[in-house]
Amino acid sequence: MDKENLVALYRQMVLIRVFEDRAAEMYAKAKIAGFLHLYNGQEAVAVGSVSALNPDDDVVVNYRDHGWALARGSSARAVMAELFGRETGTTGGRGGSMHLVDVNNRFWGGYAIVGGHLPLAAGLAAAAQYLNTGRVTLCSMGDGSTNIGTFHAAMNWAKLWNLPIIFMVENNQYAMGTHYDVHSAVPMLQKAAGYNMYAEEVDGMDVMAVREAVCRVAERARKGEGPSFLNVVTFRYRGHSMADPDVQRDKAEIARWKERDPITQFATEVLLKRNFATPKELEDIQKSVEHEVEDAIEFADKSPEPPLESLYHYIYQQPVRNMQVAGSLIRPPTLARDVPANGKHA
Amino acid sequence: MAEITYREALKRALREEMQRDPNVVIWGEDVVAYAGGGAYGVTSGLAKEFPGRVRDTPIAEEAIIGVGIGAAMGGLRPVCEIMTVNFTLVAWDQIVNHAAKQSHMFNGQIKVPMVIRTPNGHGRTAATHSQNFDAWFAHVPGLKVVAPATPYDAKGLLKTSIRDDDPVVFLEHLQLYGTRGEVPDEEYLIPIGVSDYKRRGKDLTIVTWGRMTIESLKAARILAEEGVDVEVVDLRTLRPLDLSLAFESVHKTNRAVVAEEGWRTAGLGAEIAASLQEQAFNDLDAPIARVAGLEVPMPYARNLERATLPFAEDVVAAVRAMMQKQY
Repeated sequence: MDKENLVALYRQMVLIRVFEDRAAEMYAKAKIAGFLHLYNGQEAVAVGSVSALNPDDDVVVNYRDHGWALARGSSARAVMAELFGRETGTTGGRGGSMHLVDVNNRFWGGYAIVGGHLPLAAGLAAAAQYLNTGRVTLCSMGDGSTNIGTFHAAMNWAKLWNLPIIFMVENNQYAMGTHYDVHSAVPMLQKAAGYNMYAEEVDGMDVMAVREAVCRVAERARKGEGPSFLNVVTFRYRGHSMADPDVQRDKAEIARWKERDPITQFATEVLLKRNFATPKELEDIQKSVEHEVEDAIEFADKSPEPPLESLYHYIYQQPVRNMQVAGSLIRPPTLARDVPANGKHA
Repeated sequence: MAEITYREALKRALREEMQRDPNVVIWGEDVVAYAGGGAYGVTSGLAKEFPGRVRDTPIAEEAIIGVGIGAAMGGLRPVCEIMTVNFTLVAWDQIVNHAAKQSHMFNGQIKVPMVIRTPNGHGRTAATHSQNFDAWFAHVPGLKVVAPATPYDAKGLLKTSIRDDDPVVFLEHLQLYGTRGEVPDEEYLIPIGVSDYKRRGKDLTIVTWGRMTIESLKAARILAEEGVDVEVVDLRTLRPLDLSLAFESVHKTNRAVVAEEGWRTAGLGAEIAASLQEQAFNDLDAPIARVAGLEVPMPYARNLERATLPFAEDVVAAVRAMMQKQY
C-alpha cells in the first residue's frame, strides 16, 4: 500500500472513533433514541476489511454497523442523519442505527436479529456464484452469533455449495455482557473446523493484519476455493449499547486492550515510525475529521423528519392493487400524526 | 382446454417461468431427489429439464428462506419450497424479520423477489403436521400472501408471484394437489390482490379461499337443491386483501358467511367479518356467521381429525341457520 492509502486507512479509523464519540454525546442529549451500539475499539476490523475488498463485493453486517457504513463509503452526514431519524438518513429515518444500508456501495445493511443475516449473506454469495459475477460476500458477525442455528445452517450451506463468502467473527469476546467462556462450549476456530472450512485467527487491533487476512481469503473465494472463516479478535471499549452501564466487565481488562488501541498503534508503529506521515499531518487529520463530524451533526439536526406521507412507501416495491379496499390494511397517513417527536425513549 | 391437476398446474407455471427467465431457481428440501422431485411431486422432472437450477437443500428452513432472500437481493428469483407449512415456523424470523421488512425498512433500496411455496393441510399426520397458517402470514405488512383454490388460479397466480418484485408466500393445500380443473394451454397471468366469483347467486354470500372454496362450492350445490342460491367469493389473495367483490356481493345478498379452515380466534375470518360490518353494515340483514376449524391441536384419530376440520356440511349448516332465522 502506498502512503496515500495508508493515511486514508488512518483517517477512516479516526473518523469512526470521532463519529462514535459524538454519537454517544448526541444520545445523551436525546438527539438519538432507541439502541445505539458503538464501534469504539473495533475500527481496524471494518476499515481493514473494506480496504481489502473490491467496490462491487457484497458486505453484510450486524447491528454494530456505523463503522462499516462509514468505511464502505456512506457519508458521515447520511449516517448521523439516520441516527437522528431524519429524511436525509441512509434509509430516510426508517431503519435507525441498527439498520444502515447503502446498496450503491453494495453495503446490504446492518441486521439486528443475532445471526439472522448469515443466511442472507450466503444467499448473496449464491447469487454471485450462479450469475458468475466474481463477487465475494463478506459477512461480519459478533462472537455471540456463533451459537444460534442460522450460524450453523449458513456455514454448512456455504461449504456444501462452495460459496464465495467470508464469515468474519468480530470476536470482542462478549455477547452483550456474557463472556465467550460462558456462551461457547468450544474455541472459535473449532466451530469452523466442524465444517472443514478454511479458517484463520486475526489480530483485530491491527488494521494491516485484518486487511491482509481478508485479501487472502477473498482471493481464495475468487479462485473458486469456497468459503472462509476469520476469527478476528478485538475488543469494544464501550458497553454493548448506550443502554449498557458496563459494570460486568473488569476495568483492568478494558484498560489492557486500550493499550493496544488500533488507531494509536497504527499511527506509531506504521505511519510515524516508517515516515508515512508526520505528527502534524496526523493532527490535521484529527481536526479535519472533527470538522466533518460536527458538520454531520449540524446537517442531521437541520434535516427534516421524514414526511408522514412516506409512511406507506415501499411496503411493496410494485404498486399493490386493492391496498385501499380493506380498511384495516391501509389508513390515511394523517392518522399517524401522533408519532412522537425525536427523543429518547424510556 | 385440458383438465389437469392442481399439482400439474403448479409445475407448468414453474416450467414456463424458468423457460422465460434464467434467473428463476428452485431450492428446497428434496425438490430433486425424493421420489423424482418434491415431497408432493410438484417439482418432479424439473431438475432434469433445468440443470443446475433446481437444487436440494439441507433440512434447515431458516437457511432455505434466508438464502433465498439473499439470492433475491443479489439478482435471482428464487422459488423456495418449504415441504409443509408446519416447517415455516422454523423460518418465521427470516420470513417476518427479513423477507417482509427489507423493502420498507431500507426505504426501497432492497427488493426481495422471491416466492415461498408451501402447503397448508392435513392427512392423518396429527398436530405438528396438520396446520393452517393463512392468518399468520396475512398479518404481516410487506408480505404478499396467495392461496389459490383451483388449478387455473394456481397456475396464473404462481406465474405472477414469480415475476413479482416482493416476497410472496404461496400457500398451496395438500388436499388440493390431486384436484382437477380446466387450464388453458396458452399463457395467462392472474394479478395478485384480486378476488374472484367462483359461483354467482342471489341469496347469500360465502366469502372464502383455499380448500374452503372447494367445500363452499360443494355446499352451494347442496343448498341449490334446497332452493338457496349462494354466491361464492374466492379471495385468492390474503394480503393485500381484496374485499371489493365481498362488498359488492353482500350489497346484493344482504347475508354473509365467512368460511376458513384455520382456527377461529383471531383468524382471517374475524378480519373479514369486521371489515364487512365496518363498511357494509347497512347492507346486512343478519349477523355475519363464521365457519372455521375447531380450536384444538389436530388429533391423529380419523374421527377426531374429521371433527376438527370444516367441510361442506358445516358451510351448509351455517347457511341454513342464517336463512331460516327471522331478523
